[in-house]
Amino acid sequence: MKKKISFEIDDQKVEVDEGTTILEAAAQIGIDIPTLCYLKDINAEGACRVCLVEVEGEPRLVASCVYEARDGIKVKTTTPRVIKARKQVIELLLSDHPADCLTCIANQNCELQSLAKDYDVRDIRYRGERRKIPIDDLSPSIVREPEKCIMCRRCITVCKKVVTAAIYDVNERGFNSFAAPATHDSQIDTPCTYCGQCILTCPTGALYEQRQDSEWVWEALADPDKHVIIQTAPSIRSTIGEMFGMPIGSLVTGKLVAALKHLGFDRVFDDCFGADVVVMEEGAEFIHRLKEGKRLPQFTSCCPGWVKFAENFYHELLPHLSTVRSPQQVFGALSKTYYAEKMEIDPKKIFCVSTMPCIAKKFEAQRPEMTVNGMWAVDAVLTTRELGQIIKQAGLDLKKLPDEEYDDPMGYASGAGVIFGAGGGVMEATLRTVYEKLTGEKMKEFQFKAIRSDSFRELELEINGQLLRFGVARGLGNTRHLIDRILKGEVEYHFIEIMACPGGCVGGGGQPIYSHKDRWYMQVNAGNHRGNALFRADEAKEYRTAHENPAIQKLYREFLGEPMGELSRKLFHTTYTKRPMYSRSKHVLH
Amino acid sequence: MNQQKKLLICSGASCISSGANKIKAVLEEQIARHNLTSKFEIVETGCMGSCDLGPLMVVSPEGIFYHSLKPRDIKDIAEKHFVNGQIVEGLLYKDPVTGKQIPKIDDIPFFQKQTKIALRNCGRIHPININDYLAVKGYQALQKVLHEMAPEEVIHEIKISGLRGRGGGGFPTGIKWEITRKSELKLEDQTKYVICNADEGDPGAFMDRSILEGDPHSVIEAMVIAGYVIGARQGYVYIRAEYPLAIERLEAAIKAARKYGALGENIFDSGFDFDVEVRIGAGAFVCGEETALIHSIQGGRGEPRPKPPFPAAKGLWNKPTLINNVETLANIPVIILRGGNWYSRFGIESSRGTKVFALSGDINNTGLIEVPMGTSLRTIIYELGGGIPGNKGFKAALIGGPSGGVLTAQHLDLPLDYNTLAKTGAMIGSGGLVIMDENSCMVDIAKFYLDFIQDESCGKCTPCRIGTKRMLEILKRIISGKGKTNDLVELEDLGRLIKETSLCGLGMSAPNPVLSTLKNFRDEYEAHIQEKICPAGVCESLRKTTKKPKAEGGVK
Repeated sequence: MKKKISFEIDDQKVEVDEGTTILEAAAQIGIDIPTLCYLKDINAEGACRVCLVEVEGEPRLVASCVYEARDGIKVKTTTPRVIKARKQVIELLLSDHPADCLTCIANQNCELQSLAKDYDVRDIRYRGERRKIPIDDLSPSIVREPEKCIMCRRCITVCKKVVTAAIYDVNERGFNSFAAPATHDSQIDTPCTYCGQCILTCPTGALYEQRQDSEWVWEALADPDKHVIIQTAPSIRSTIGEMFGMPIGSLVTGKLVAALKHLGFDRVFDDCFGADVVVMEEGAEFIHRLKEGKRLPQFTSCCPGWVKFAENFYHELLPHLSTVRSPQQVFGALSKTYYAEKMEIDPKKIFCVSTMPCIAKKFEAQRPEMTVNGMWAVDAVLTTRELGQIIKQAGLDLKKLPDEEYDDPMGYASGAGVIFGAGGGVMEATLRTVYEKLTGEKMKEFQFKAIRSDSFRELELEINGQLLRFGVARGLGNTRHLIDRILKGEVEYHFIEIMACPGGCVGGGGQPIYSHKDRWYMQVNAGNHRGNALFRADEAKEYRTAHENPAIQKLYREFLGEPMGELSRKLFHTTYTKRPMYSRSKHVLH
Repeated sequence: MNQQKKLLICSGASCISSGANKIKAVLEEQIARHNLTSKFEIVETGCMGSCDLGPLMVVSPEGIFYHSLKPRDIKDIAEKHFVNGQIVEGLLYKDPVTGKQIPKIDDIPFFQKQTKIALRNCGRIHPININDYLAVKGYQALQKVLHEMAPEEVIHEIKISGLRGRGGGGFPTGIKWEITRKSELKLEDQTKYVICNADEGDPGAFMDRSILEGDPHSVIEAMVIAGYVIGARQGYVYIRAEYPLAIERLEAAIKAARKYGALGENIFDSGFDFDVEVRIGAGAFVCGEETALIHSIQGGRGEPRPKPPFPAAKGLWNKPTLINNVETLANIPVIILRGGNWYSRFGIESSRGTKVFALSGDINNTGLIEVPMGTSLRTIIYELGGGIPGNKGFKAALIGGPSGGVLTAQHLDLPLDYNTLAKTGAMIGSGGLVIMDENSCMVDIAKFYLDFIQDESCGKCTPCRIGTKRMLEILKRIISGKGKTNDLVELEDLGRLIKETSLCGLGMSAPNPVLSTLKNFRDEYEAHIQEKICPAGVCESLRKTTKKPKAEGGVK
């Protein structure tokens, strides 16, 4: 047990574990010391100097985020000296910040803006030169506006410690410093996975997703020649409510469908249907590999961030990735073949929108492999945040909408498809089908809960007398750790699910952002609440395995034939590219 | 029998750049031509200190001091002095105050008034040749420590010497060693490190470079002693790439020390192992800050981190690490050999021993000087320094480099020591001492130093990154004649903020030159702003003044 220490904050006695910082201790007694660079559980640098407090006996103000409390010290958090210094630091930051709050992506959701408001900054006393740094909007997924960087380094830390792609560091020195890929390369020339975890941590509007898709969607909806359909990713139903003030973990499937129908989409479909197809294909692929004893372990491939990570960092693993495209792309391919045929619509007139918790999905949709009969499978990708804004632009309040049902023929999904959005969900969904296919028996109660988690889990199952080992890793840092152990021969698995984001898609880089120092912590907890909501939705489903889903059975009966059959291979299976870590010929930013 | 004479050629970086190598070559030629090779030995030494007079040669043992040598002078010296025993008067030192010629180095006030402890061997021995070092009791302190002293005894000796960190911090060295020695580790890992901080960065300060160029063995010896005392087996010298000669000599000295058995395994048969490696930095000023230095050695960006934990607890690779500055270390062997009590007799209460200053600016004798702590500015300027050129008035001295502050005529008789200076708002720092005469503009000086520090800010914390930039902009505005009435208030306000809230020592002291000049020469700032006049006539955008400058007039 840790030693307890006791000290005073603003004349109140506090008792905390030794090693607790003043900031954490203050939070325990309800004092919210302002911060900018600090990010609970991730980043404590003492860099921004906003969390200043006075400690009796210390000649200077101290940064409470890194100052460990000691027995008997006396801390003051609100003396005029402290308040004035904090305000001055905020003013200094603002003096080197583009004052474009009204048109900034982070407007009303910005930690710097909130602080300026709380500290009543009405005028920026310090005026002078501002950094001039080009914007990087060359990548398909992410935009960086380094002039808005306040050097908190959260993106650096998250990318280094959590994602382990480590693409960011400080560029330049002194006044000219900003966080970006080394030598200010464009994101596109780096091993950025486009997971977007950096976006979730940025306290200002320096990082965000590519945003032109909303405009394309509005234009398509207004085009009488276009048949506009939308697929909603599994996790959107348990997160988009947050954009409308609903509590974390609210399940709003029916309301989401209602909103989309109101917006004028010709059909509103469930991407979980695509997920069910992925289960069928990936399950069949696994059974095939297991029988042949080749290319094991098999890795899931529905997470585009993970795919890019493997393409950049683990070339030797590429043959092990399932060749099945992600639910988004499988759905897109079906929309321009199966659905077009069924509806007798020219597939060229179909405009397929997907709404995703993810910014890497924008990159995925634009991969050259992702076409079907010469058309893009998916035409526009909206993040949860973008979709929330579109719904707001239409004047709709999600909370007040009635529940409506998805359309046929790609609107009905099993519970297996729904849990794709939660940590461990893809593996569980696949195992539900694989187990039955291999044993010919129906499992009375699913025994896969052990692999639901927000970091790393494993499961052993005896199937037909063979002991099979399954692993699940969420977060690319956990993934790297797992892979390194596999490559060293320390562990062996047959099938592994990888999700780039902590918590899985519910913690995706396209999900709602909390402008708060506990945002990371909330995000992970939010991941749990959001994920649990998906598991609840699964339990409420009549069919909980993909192969039992009548809509899936119909699809295979009427259109595809067998999983891994000729048509499936043509439409759903893809290839991967060995990418260098850093491009040889670099793009120039202007 | 005639004793062989030594011809000491100063081969510090400064003398080399003024042509010492050429002088040496001509000297060799002349010695050979006159068949004097058996009578004269040429010795390249480290820096003698009087850098403005280079190239220099001392004819030893008499100590005849020739300066500002040109190749043709050597022919003269060889013919007249070496062959005929006549001193060449035209090449001797002339006192700028009295105008009298002084032939012997020890009679020249610049040298006479010095007390050389850290610089004891600089300019007297060949820097790399280990035999030269052994001849001046080199490595005897290490022998003594390894064979006769317990680590606690060494710490005790250093504590009673009163030695404090010479890099700028002034932290008591003995206590630092003790803390690092006692720093607890897990039982299975006993790794500790010794780092010599040679990342000298103050503009104008070059004592660390001179010591490494002139007497690298003394630093190596001290590092081994430190390793023995704290329980480390590996040491690093962190030195900037801009010091190629120091790096070259240090590396050669390390090789020589290894060969001699003073480094490596089982040093002097004591069973103690220790080795030293050189780590070269890219020259960022902030890398002199110990946590930034550690980051740099580890291959990271040279940036500080909040303290505590201090390096003594968590340093290089998170192991307890002792970091001492070059000059601090150079004192250690003497303290061991002659005792802490001996060392503490120099200097004054709370500031013991000597300090090396780099004397520059408006002063007759520039260069390196080592004087007892507590020596007054007046002594330094008017005795060692030979006064101010043109008999102009003394206006201010900037002490402590870009982190320091100014001393004015009212401070001329104050003892220069840690505590007294702290009260004036200045600091000894690493020992940069720039003298300014009545024609210097204090606003301009403040701008110069702030420009430097702003450029060297690493950018990690907000107050230093943006605050120093804003201060600099205000200063530039004032200098260009666009100053506003409120500017001085803002300068003070920002200065206070940066001092009080920055992450590391660089930011903490960054506003010092501005605040200190503002405190002592506020009227000068006001003249710039309100009357658009630069009283010293330095700032080009402003008018000159007819006002009498605030300065101490003439020679005292």
